[in-house]
Amino acid sequence: MIPELGHFALILALLLSVAQAGFALTGAAGGNSAFMTVGISAARGQFIFTGIAFLCLGYAFYANDFSVLYVASNSNSALPLQYRLSAVWGGHEGSMLLWTTTLALWTMAVTIFSRHLPEVFRARLIGTMGLISIGFLAFILFSSNPFDRLIPAALDGRDLNPLLQDPGMVYHPPVLYMGYVGFSVAFGFAIAALLGGELTQEWARWTRTWTTVAWMFLTVGIAFGSKWAYYELGWGGWWFWDAVENASFMPWLVGTALIHSLAVTEKRDAFKLWTVLLAILAFSLSLLGTFLVRSGVLTSVHAFATDPRRGLFILVFLGLVVGGALILFAIRAPRVGLGGKFGMVSRESFLLTNNVIMIAAAGVVMLGTLYPLFLDALGMGKISVGPPYFDTVFVPVMVPAIFLMGLAIFARWKNAELPALMLRLKWAFAISVVTALLLPFVMGKWTPLIALGLLMALWIVTTAMVNLSDRLKKREAGRLKSFIGLPRAYQGMIVAHLGVAVFIVGVTMVKGYEVEKDMRMSPGDTANVGGYDFHFDGIKEEPGPNYMAARGHFTITRNGSPVAVMEPEKRMYTVQSMPMTEAAISEGFTNDLYVSLGEPVGEQAWAVRIYIKPFVQWIWAGCMMMAAGGFLALLDPRYRRRNKKTMEEGAA
Amino acid sequence: MKSRHKRFALIGFGLVAIGIAAALVLNAFRSNLVFFYTPTQVANHEAPTGTSFRIGGLVEQGSLKRAENSLDAHFFVTDTAKRMEVVYSGILPDLFKEGKGVVAQGKLGEDGIFRADTVLAKHDENYMPPEAAEALKQAGALNEKTGKTLVTPQSTKQ
Repeated sequence: MIPELGHFALILALLLSVAQAGFALTGAAGGNSAFMTVGISAARGQFIFTGIAFLCLGYAFYANDFSVLYVASNSNSALPLQYRLSAVWGGHEGSMLLWTTTLALWTMAVTIFSRHLPEVFRARLIGTMGLISIGFLAFILFSSNPFDRLIPAALDGRDLNPLLQDPGMVYHPPVLYMGYVGFSVAFGFAIAALLGGELTQEWARWTRTWTTVAWMFLTVGIAFGSKWAYYELGWGGWWFWDAVENASFMPWLVGTALIHSLAVTEKRDAFKLWTVLLAILAFSLSLLGTFLVRSGVLTSVHAFATDPRRGLFILVFLGLVVGGALILFAIRAPRVGLGGKFGMVSRESFLLTNNVIMIAAAGVVMLGTLYPLFLDALGMGKISVGPPYFDTVFVPVMVPAIFLMGLAIFARWKNAELPALMLRLKWAFAISVVTALLLPFVMGKWTPLIALGLLMALWIVTTAMVNLSDRLKKREAGRLKSFIGLPRAYQGMIVAHLGVAVFIVGVTMVKGYEVEKDMRMSPGDTANVGGYDFHFDGIKEEPGPNYMAARGHFTITRNGSPVAVMEPEKRMYTVQSMPMTEAAISEGFTNDLYVSLGEPVGEQAWAVRIYIKPFVQWIWAGCMMMAAGGFLALLDPRYRRRNKKTMEEGAA
Repeated sequence: MKSRHKRFALIGFGLVAIGIAAALVLNAFRSNLVFFYTPTQVANHEAPTGTSFRIGGLVEQGSLKRAENSLDAHFFVTDTAKRMEVVYSGILPDLFKEGKGVVAQGKLGEDGIFRADTVLAKHDENYMPPEAAEALKQAGALNEKTGKTLVTPQSTKQ
């Protein structure tokens, strides 16, 4: 009964989303206030019914209702509760439902927090989001219904893929989707601006808040995924340039460009068209990501087996959304206007250059991700583009961007003097270069890439510090007190930029100094890796809730003093009879120790993988700092100011 | 210089920069493409020696041999028509099994032995790596149903 209720709620949600788009958009076109209000109410109703459907599916998993095909394929009665619940998005149908539910949630939030926007603009925004909801709800109902019954019911479920039975499964997908789908608000904003033919600073400020929230979620979501891959896949990598990772990274790059471009639009009334285009692009890439991941064209943990109809549906939908938005852009762009002018050397021009670099970086990633798929689709053979391509290309593309990042925070709006800038920053530059050149020697290995990575990180830190002390000098109070007194948006910028530096340090150190060793070990053996002694004490069998584990016991010492005890596991999940490696990681500020078990080789011996990963935690810490920077910026009071003037203008 | 000239110079500079960047990207792209060959193609000497490529197929039953004192693994990969010998040193992925699909990346030696530096296996019991499936399909031995996949690199030796 409950699954049918869920199914019915989804149908109602689809009808309501049609009403949402129809009433809001026609109301906005004809200036019909009543229609627009109906559209907004429909959007709220749509949220309620999509939410009900989502809860119904969750209940089916909770109650182990194996008469529902989707539950039977992705759960099992022995599966612990938290994984049963996260199994809701463990397969194709459920993750599409999560997508739609997230969209409905964002739409609901927009209807609540957009009261001060002009009525017509607001209606167009919500109407556009309604169009997207229609697409996804129709997709779920016609090709991926999670409520399909399985008759006769299965005795027990086929279980969730053991790879997904991890705390990461509980928060990675929802957070990532909040980010992906959150760009739909920026998209709706761009479409509304194009339809209305104008874009004010006030609206840009409003959108900036929403885009920043979405970007924060995306940043954190990607970081979660990366961390998860690091400890779960058993070989210690944190980023594989896997097509699915790229699918989330491309919208992130464009989203990062967008929040900077929105800053210019808000402050200087410039970059208007560029902002609109980026907003369209960011969401289009989110959709492209959804297509890549959900259509089954990719080979990865994230791609579920699917039938080609689904891929085709998403592809057509993608074409309609992107094509429609771009056509609208081509027709209406001249009416929005370019916005304010600026000099060749100015904060605007630096930001614009960095924006272009971000787009170029996204393009480079896209080339490497899509080209093999195109060749395959055209039947021209199977090729793969490996991490070496991305590594070689991505670094040189980002270097100028990082350099400009340091300069841009000093440049004045509209017009800045390059010589004065260079003079101001000569010490920052000198210190960065000297330290970057010398530090690797101290650490025992010098390569150009390590020096370059350190230079980039140091440049960000030193320029940020110089900038900060300039700001603080102007204030009377003590340093700390005056830092707290600075505008939140400025603090957020500094924290986020320092996050980039921390991230770069992590990447540079891991790439430069990691030690990896695969070896054969018997109980009693000791291996010395990177100055640590790993003593293999033995292995014993431990039953888990739905698996059997062989748990190794390692004692790690350094110069005779104990460092850690590590217990990596090899698990055999009983339902799917699938082996899984659970690495043991001892996290540290400057070093992670990583031990994972391979397979038994010979009587007592095991293949053992031991890694030393220097500064690897800094990678995720850096991402968290970027997100924290976004959060600080959101606290800036100017985003909460309800501008009366806008409301009057809107009414007029 | 007039401002008009300045602008032209700037645009010119921009175009040159974009051109160089594009050339570098495409060059890096071309030199990092990894092509795929089936065991039959390798047997017919269609595969290059000295450059890295991928092979796919099934791990032949009973062919996996571990060295006594190292992590060297020998096995044969077959597309049911032809077989080839593969050597890999390191930890094999969890789902590497005799009789199951596998994809390996590495170089073909003069002796005809394929030295793999990466071995990929599937991620789930029900699926087969697409390259492996492709190899079997070309050899005409594939049951349609096993054509989809979930793979992720699980074993890489740097």
